[in-house]
Amino acid sequence: MVMPPAVAAASGTPGNASLTLQTVASLGFGPHADWVSYLAKNPQGKWVHSTNLVVPANSLIHVTIYQYDTATGLRNPFWGEPEGTVGEAKVNGKAIPILNPDLASHTFAIPELGVTVPLKGVADNAKNQCSLAPCTLAEAHNTITFTFRTGKRGTFRWQCFVPCAAGFILGFGGPMQSLGYMDGLLHVV
Amino acid sequence: MTETSAPAPRSAWRGLIGFNLLTAIVLGIGGFFFGAWIGGKMAVGHDYLIGTDQNDVGIFMGFLFGTIGWLAGLGFFNYPLARLAGRPPLDWSSEDEMYVVPDATIRQHEGGIGRYFRLTTDHKVVGIQYFFGVGIFFFIGGLNAMLIRTELLTPHEKAWPAGQYISLVGLHGTMMIMMTSAFILGPFGNYFVPLMIGARRLAFPRIEALTFWLVPLAGLVLLSAIAWNGFPTGWTGYAPLADQARAGMDAYIFAFILIAISLTLVGINLLTTILTMRAPGLTWSRLPIFVWGVLATAFLMALAAPVLVAAMLMGMMDRAANTSYYLASGGGSPYLYENLFWFFGHPEVYILALPGFGIVLEILPVFSRKPLWGYRLAVAGMLGVAFLSFMVWQHHLFVSGINASLRPFYMLTTELISIPTGFIFLIAMGTLWRGKIRYTVPMLFALAFFFNFLIGGLSGIFLSDVPSDVTTHGSYFVMAHFHYTIMGGLVFAFFAATYYWLPKMTGVTLDERLGKIHFWLMFVFFNLTFFPLFAAGFLNMPRRVSTYAPHLQTLNDFVSASAYVLGLSMLIFIGNLVWSLVFVRQPAETNPWHSRSLEWQVATPVPVHNFDRIPVITAGPYEYGVPNAPPVADFGPGAVAVAGK
Amino acid sequence: MIDVAGRRVSRHGVQIVAIWAVLTAIAVPLIVFVLGPHLPPGRMSAEASDQTDANTVLTALMAPIILIVAIQIVYSLVVFRARGDAIEDGAPIRGHDPTVLAWIVLTSVIVLALAVWGSYTLVQSARGAGGGQGPSPADLPKGGKTPLPIQVIGQQWAWTFRFPTYKAFETRQLELPVGKVIAFHVTSIDVTHSFWAYELGVKADAVPGVDNVAFVTPRKLGRFTIRCAELCGLWHGHMALHGRVVSASDFDTWVAQQKAANAQIIPDLGPYQRVYFPEPKHRAG
Repeated sequence: MVMPPAVAAASGTPGNASLTLQTVASLGFGPHADWVSYLAKNPQGKWVHSTNLVVPANSLIHVTIYQYDTATGLRNPFWGEPEGTVGEAKVNGKAIPILNPDLASHTFAIPELGVTVPLKGVADNAKNQCSLAPCTLAEAHNTITFTFRTGKRGTFRWQCFVPCAAGFILGFGGPMQSLGYMDGLLHVV
Repeated sequence: MTETSAPAPRSAWRGLIGFNLLTAIVLGIGGFFFGAWIGGKMAVGHDYLIGTDQNDVGIFMGFLFGTIGWLAGLGFFNYPLARLAGRPPLDWSSEDEMYVVPDATIRQHEGGIGRYFRLTTDHKVVGIQYFFGVGIFFFIGGLNAMLIRTELLTPHEKAWPAGQYISLVGLHGTMMIMMTSAFILGPFGNYFVPLMIGARRLAFPRIEALTFWLVPLAGLVLLSAIAWNGFPTGWTGYAPLADQARAGMDAYIFAFILIAISLTLVGINLLTTILTMRAPGLTWSRLPIFVWGVLATAFLMALAAPVLVAAMLMGMMDRAANTSYYLASGGGSPYLYENLFWFFGHPEVYILALPGFGIVLEILPVFSRKPLWGYRLAVAGMLGVAFLSFMVWQHHLFVSGINASLRPFYMLTTELISIPTGFIFLIAMGTLWRGKIRYTVPMLFALAFFFNFLIGGLSGIFLSDVPSDVTTHGSYFVMAHFHYTIMGGLVFAFFAATYYWLPKMTGVTLDERLGKIHFWLMFVFFNLTFFPLFAAGFLNMPRRVSTYAPHLQTLNDFVSASAYVLGLSMLIFIGNLVWSLVFVRQPAETNPWHSRSLEWQVATPVPVHNFDRIPVITAGPYEYGVPNAPPVADFGPGAVAVAGK
Repeated sequence: MIDVAGRRVSRHGVQIVAIWAVLTAIAVPLIVFVLGPHLPPGRMSAEASDQTDANTVLTALMAPIILIVAIQIVYSLVVFRARGDAIEDGAPIRGHDPTVLAWIVLTSVIVLALAVWGSYTLVQSARGAGGGQGPSPADLPKGGKTPLPIQVIGQQWAWTFRFPTYKAFETRQLELPVGKVIAFHVTSIDVTHSFWAYELGVKADAVPGVDNVAFVTPRKLGRFTIRCAELCGLWHGHMALHGRVVSASDFDTWVAQQKAANAQIIPDLGPYQRVYFPEPKHRAG
C-alpha cells in the first residue's frame, strides 16, 4: 500500500506553523470515490489527498479546517467539547466552548496530545454544497480554527470520532479505518 | 471402457485439457465473476445492502459460484451427474474395478506428475497432494510471520501502515490455522492410515479427494482478501468488528467455511475407515498409536467443525443481509459469536495437538527399539483429551463478562485436561527408558516436540487459572503459549513425520546432514524466538499491536532476529526437499528405519492396490525386544517378507 | 539395582531423583524470592497482589514438574543411547502399573489442588481477582462497603470515564482514590475492546450492550498503564493511557476540577446508563 505523501505545515514566524485542511462528503476520485475524506493544503497552496501531516516540534500550530460535509452527529456526545487547544476553538470566527453533538460532522482529534475539536456540519438544506473534492471557498462550508501546541518530536495518530462512514455498520468502517481518509499521522519533527 | 492394453502415451500438452487444476482455476475465476454479477442483480434496489462501495452479496455469491466452478473444473460433478443421467461415469471403468484397480493404474501411463493436479481416488496420491498443497500455504503464512517480525523491530509503526499490519497478523494466523488443521491428517493420515490398518483405500475416496481440493481453494480465497485490503480482526474474527470490516472480511468468512467443510468430511472419512475397514486380526489393542491419534482427531473434526460453519454463516448474514446476530444495538450479542467460535476453536486446537501426539508416540518406539510403554494409558490419554476438549472453551472468555459463577467450573475442566495430556509425557519417558536410542532426524524432531510441548502445555496452566489469566489474557504470553504448543508441537511433529515417512512416500531419501542442520537451527531458534515472548506478555505487551512501550524494543529486536534465523531453517528444509527429490534422487530402502509397523512391510514405491492380499495381523507393531515375537502380519503364502522383523 | 532402605530400586532412578531434588532445591527458592517480586502485575492493588501470588506459586510449581520430566528424558537420552551401528533392541518393558498409578494420583492431586486454590482466590479473598465478571458479579467485595462506581467506556479508539455518583460527568483522564473499593463498569459503544489496567491487575472486556463489572482496591499511590487488550480496529495499539492512584483528598480535588472543566458538556451526555446504544442523529452520508 502506498502511504499518502506527507504534507508539511506552512511555516510562519519562529515557533509557529499553520495547517490548512478540509473535510469533504465524498472524495470524487480514486479507488473510493464516494468515501468521506480529509484533504490537506501543502505549503504551495495546492490541495493534496493526504492525512500524513508534518509539523515542527515545540511550536504553536494554527489549524484551519474548511468543513464541507453535512452533520452526522457524535456517538459519544462527550467529544462535542473541544479540548487541548490553546485558547478557544472558533467556528466561522465565533468562539465555541462546546458544539451541539448532533451538529458534528467530523472531529479532528489527536488523543495522544489531548487535542480534540468537533467540526460543525453544514446544514442539510444549505445551498451550493460541494460534491467533489477539492472544494472551494465558494461552496457551503464552515470554517473551524484552533491552535494547539506541540512538544517533543514523535509521530502521533489522529482520527475522527464521528461515525461518518456511510453504509458501514456502526459507521466506523471503511474511511473511518483507513489512513488517508479519516485517519492520519501527525509527524512532529 | 475397460483398458486392456496401454494406449499410446498422450502428449504432455493434451494433459492440460481436461478436468484438472488449470480448468478449475479458469472455471473458478469465471464462476466468481458470474456470481458477483448475480449478486449485484440481487442487491439492486436494496439500499442498505449497497450503501457502501462494496457489495457483500456480490462477493459471497461470487465466491459461491467460484467454488462451484473450481469443483466442476476438477471433475467432481462428473460422477453424480453421470449417475443422475443413468450413464456410466465419464472417466472411470465400472465402480467395482475402480476400487480394486484404482484409476491411478489406468492413468499411470499418462505420466506421473499429471495425477497430482487432478481428482484422484488413490489415497496415496491424495496424501502427496496434501503434502505440497498444505505446505505451500504454510510457507506463505510463514512469510507473513517474517513481515510481522520486521514491523516489530521498532516501537512505532514503520514497516507497514497500521491497518496493513493488522491484516498481516490476521492473514498469518488464519492461514496457519487453516492449513495446519490438516497438517498431519492430510498428508500422512490419508497416505498411511489405510496402509497401517491393512486396507486398500479410505472409506470414501471421492470425498477424500474433495477434502483435499477444498484446501487450496480456501487458501486462494483467503489470499484474495489482500485485493480488498485485508481484514482487521485477526484469525479469531470477533464480531462486531467483523461486521464493520471491509470486503476482505468476506474472503476470511468464506475461506473458513470451506475449511470447516473439508475438516468435517476428513473426520467422517477417517472415522469410518478406522472403525470399519481394519484388516482381520487388527484388534483395538494392536492398532498403531498414530491411528488412535487420527481416530481421536477425526472425532473432534466431525463434531466441532460444523459449529464454525454456523458462526461464519451468521457473520456472513450480518454483513450481507443486515441481520443483527452479533450486533447488540440490533438485539443480538457479540457473545453469540464468541461462544460459537470458541466452541469450535477449542477442539480445533486439539485437532492440531492430537495428531502430533500420535506421530511422536509412533516414532519413539521405532528409534528406542522398545515397545510403546503404557499403550493403554496412551490411548486413554488421547481419548480423554478429545472428550474433555469440548468442555473447556469458556477459558477463552474468562474476562469477557461471562457469568462469573461459570469460571470455577471451566477452570477445573481446563486444568483437568492437563491430566490426560500428562499421560503422553509419562509414556514418552517410559518408552525411552532402557531403550537403545538412535538419533535420526525424525527422532530428533520427536524429542524436540516433547521439550517444546512441555513448556507450551505448562504455560497453559497459567492461562487456566483465572487470577493468573487476568494477568496474561490478550497479551503476548498467550501468543507464546500457543506458538509453543502448535508450532513447537505440531509443526515439529510434522517435520518428524516428513523425515520419517517421505522415503516411503517418494521412494527417495532426504539428506541426513541437511536434515540435522534444519533441526538444530529450527529447535534452537524456535526457542530463542518464542521464549522471550512470555516475558513480553508479562511486561504489558498486548497481542496484535505494532506499537509498544519503548523499553520493550531490545526484547523485540532479539525475537525478530531469532525469527529470521528460524525462517532460514525452513528454507534449508525446502532446499533439502528440492535437492534430495529433484537432483540427488537416492533411492530409499524399503524399510530404512527397521520399523515393525505395517506400512513399512510393503514395497517402495507402494503398489497402487497397497497389498496383493489383505494381510492378517498377527501381532502389534511395537514388539521390539520381545523374544519370539511373531511378525506383525501374515501376508499370505508366497509373500516376500520385508526386513524389519 | 541397588538397595535403598531395604527395597530394591533402580540405580538410574535414584540418580534421577537425586539430580531433581538438588535442582529443585535451587530453582524453587530462586523463583519465589528472586523472580517473584518482579512477576507481574505487582502489588499496586489487592487484586494485583493476588494475581502476583498466583503467578509466583504457579511458576514455582512449574519448576519441579519441568525438571523431573526434562531430567528423566535427558538422562535416558544420554545413558540409553545406542552405541555402534548394529540395530539392537531395548528392554521389552510394556508398562509398570505402580508408576502409572502414582503418576495419575500425583497429577490429579496437583490439578485438583490448583483448581480449588484458584477458585478460593476468586471467591474468598480477592473480589474476582480483577477480572471482568459481567453484569451480575458473583465475587463481591466483603465488608458491606459500597464500591465507588466508575464507568469505563471503550470506543474506537479512546477510553472515556464516567462517574455516576458525581453527576455522571465524563472525562478522558482517570484517577483513583487509594484504599477504596472501586467497581469498574466497563462497556463499549461500538466494537469489543478490553480494559487492561496493568499495574492494578484489572482486565475486563468492553462489550457493546454489556455492563462488565470488575472490582479493584488500589493500595499504593502511583501511575498505572491502561492498554486495550482486544483487537478493535486500526488504532487498537494506540488505545493507551496513563492513570494515577492518588490520596482520597487529592481524588476529591481532581473530581471537582474535572467536573468543572467538563461541565458544559454534561447536559448533552444524557443520563448515566449501564449500557448505551447510542446512534448519531443522522445516518452518515
